[in-house]
Amino acid sequence: MKEEHTDSKASGTDLDRREILKGLATLPVVGVLFYNILRKMKRDALRKSNLLSDLISEHQAPAVISSKSPGEHLRLGIIGYGGRGQHLVRGAGFATPEWVEKAAANAQKNKLDKGYATFMQQDDLNVSLVGVCDLFNVRARAALAASTNEIRPGGKPKEAAKRYRHYTEMLANDDIDAVIIATPDHWHSRIIIDAARAGKHVYCEKAMTRTFQEAIDVYDTVKETGIVFQLGHQNRQVDSLEKAREIVQQGLLGPVNLVEVTTNRNSPWGAWVWDIDPKGNRRTIDWDTFQEPAPTKIPFGREALKRFFRWRCWYDYGTGLSGDLFSHEFDAVNQVMELGAPKFVSASGGIYFYKDGRDVPDVFQAILEYPDKDLTLLYSATLSSNKNRGNIFMGHDATMQIGGAGDSKIHGLVVTADPESTRYRERIESGIINTRYPIYTYSPGSKQIDGVTSATARYFANKGLVYTYREGKRMDPTHLHIKDWLDSIRENRQPKCDIEVGLHEALACHMATESYLTGRRVEWDPDKRQIV
Amino acid sequence: MGNKAVPVSLKYTNNQLIGLSLLRVLIGWHLLYEGVAKLLNPYWSSAAYLLDVQWIFSGLAKSIVANPVVLGIVDYLNMWGLTLIGLALMLGLLGRYASIAGMVLLLIYYFFTPPLLGLEYSRPWEGSYIIVNKNLIEACALYVLYVFPTSNIIGLDRLIFRNNTQPTEDLLT
Repeated sequence: MKEEHTDSKASGTDLDRREILKGLATLPVVGVLFYNILRKMKRDALRKSNLLSDLISEHQAPAVISSKSPGEHLRLGIIGYGGRGQHLVRGAGFATPEWVEKAAANAQKNKLDKGYATFMQQDDLNVSLVGVCDLFNVRARAALAASTNEIRPGGKPKEAAKRYRHYTEMLANDDIDAVIIATPDHWHSRIIIDAARAGKHVYCEKAMTRTFQEAIDVYDTVKETGIVFQLGHQNRQVDSLEKAREIVQQGLLGPVNLVEVTTNRNSPWGAWVWDIDPKGNRRTIDWDTFQEPAPTKIPFGREALKRFFRWRCWYDYGTGLSGDLFSHEFDAVNQVMELGAPKFVSASGGIYFYKDGRDVPDVFQAILEYPDKDLTLLYSATLSSNKNRGNIFMGHDATMQIGGAGDSKIHGLVVTADPESTRYRERIESGIINTRYPIYTYSPGSKQIDGVTSATARYFANKGLVYTYREGKRMDPTHLHIKDWLDSIRENRQPKCDIEVGLHEALACHMATESYLTGRRVEWDPDKRQIV
Repeated sequence: MGNKAVPVSLKYTNNQLIGLSLLRVLIGWHLLYEGVAKLLNPYWSSAAYLLDVQWIFSGLAKSIVANPVVLGIVDYLNMWGLTLIGLALMLGLLGRYASIAGMVLLLIYYFFTPPLLGLEYSRPWEGSYIIVNKNLIEACALYVLYVFPTSNIIGLDRLIFRNNTQPTEDLLT
């Protein structure tokens, strides 16, 4: 007969052995589970320690110092208040009422959109926006409104901005300490040189200049005058790139002979087909001043309007992919590997998709050679495919990929050991390293989720240009880059993207442009300071 | 819990008892390790899962992610909920409460990401599902364990509640 089970057969207080056995019958199973969990923890820890023992010190990204910038109050001028100029001025702590309203509404609509919160949590940089110069009245007025907008980190601004019709009038004002230049590239060199001569510190948006010779002239003037110059490559503030730098500096990738960097965009906006402001006309735009340094001059009209608002599409004002997007990728690699200027560059491409009258290519590739570093840097760009490829540092012992791994790895990096690695051979053979899985991943803010929505915003986020993290807190690298510049002025030191690395960027981009335009491989002669 | 639908004390054959207890311990094992694995991973967060939530709870899930404090609480509840429910099921501690709590948790997972036609998830399932998935089945199994409790026969409940369950048994026998 089968025994039937019910609960609590024992009675009273006599807790016999049988009772206890039944009560604790499953305890050994719990023991088995925890024993296995402990084994797994040990194994994971062993793996981790084996990798991390020579993989990068685990220290955090540099903390942002103090919430209020110390030292003297600085007065800033902005020259060129277009899309990028507005972002830079926001980085300094001033947004237009329209932007604030829109950002706040976006945050209401989409709770994951942190643009507004990130702006309001910026440090108060102890500056005023006192000078505004833009050749388009609408934008100049917007900048004036931003200078007095009280919705900002740090509260009510100390001073209101004044508009200057020409940047030279602004530079003549002794009350202005420093200027931010965000004009189209063809104006950069003249303004930098004049500003430096007038004793103003300069933050200039990339690309540094439109031509090779302008870059040399800017370099000499900045050196001569000793101003604090920052080039607008905010990637210098991105902590995953700092992590990448540590990894390369410690030789964890082994010899790196090939680096591949990429640009992929697939939208009219991403291809610089920007909106033509309906308020733009002969009366609101100073077209003659705009085109003054451009090689080709055209009368004001429909074509001029297109060129004014979509200037990146013409070599008269910029250098297309080279100065806009390759410059970022180049500077990121220069930050990670300290490459300097290339010896040889060959570039090619064409206008394959945007046959809209532009003269800059929409598919562009450049090969930069560094014979003394045993390295080739390959750049490949298209404006008609969003295939996200990321940037890859190919080492003999391991490969490091930054971006390009999908949304889950937004601007993180992944290091994977090479199956034929010399350095890791023993560990691969003993099974400590599995080359199918990364030996190191870094995804900053992985516990934080960004509501980065538009395709172009996502493109920049993947490159680490929209947000970075400091001790887990989300920061806008543009703000950090402006802060680095202002702190450098106050502390009389060089900022992270100074004129030296700025010159590397300009040389790399202009050599690529020169090669594309002439159809030949070009060489940099550092003694004669010429492209030959 | 002594309502009519669910008698407190049941008589099982050996095989019935073994089967039900085994089921309880295995589900407990699964939930416990899910919880412990999350506790041990400092980078774990439910955010990625919540962002993938579809259907009627999608808005709720996104507002949880948008608020770091709430997200932190949800993460905490998840990790400790799974761990404690799993441990309770394995040890047979407050077995029927644990069954119900586990069932509710699994149903939340199910209704947050149900495998319904037309819903696309960015993370792949580890199997092929239509309407029914393992969360639903495991929740149903916990319902079975709630109706056919075993912790008062094999488990700590036997030692803890041995006195108060006595009269109930008399009534039933």
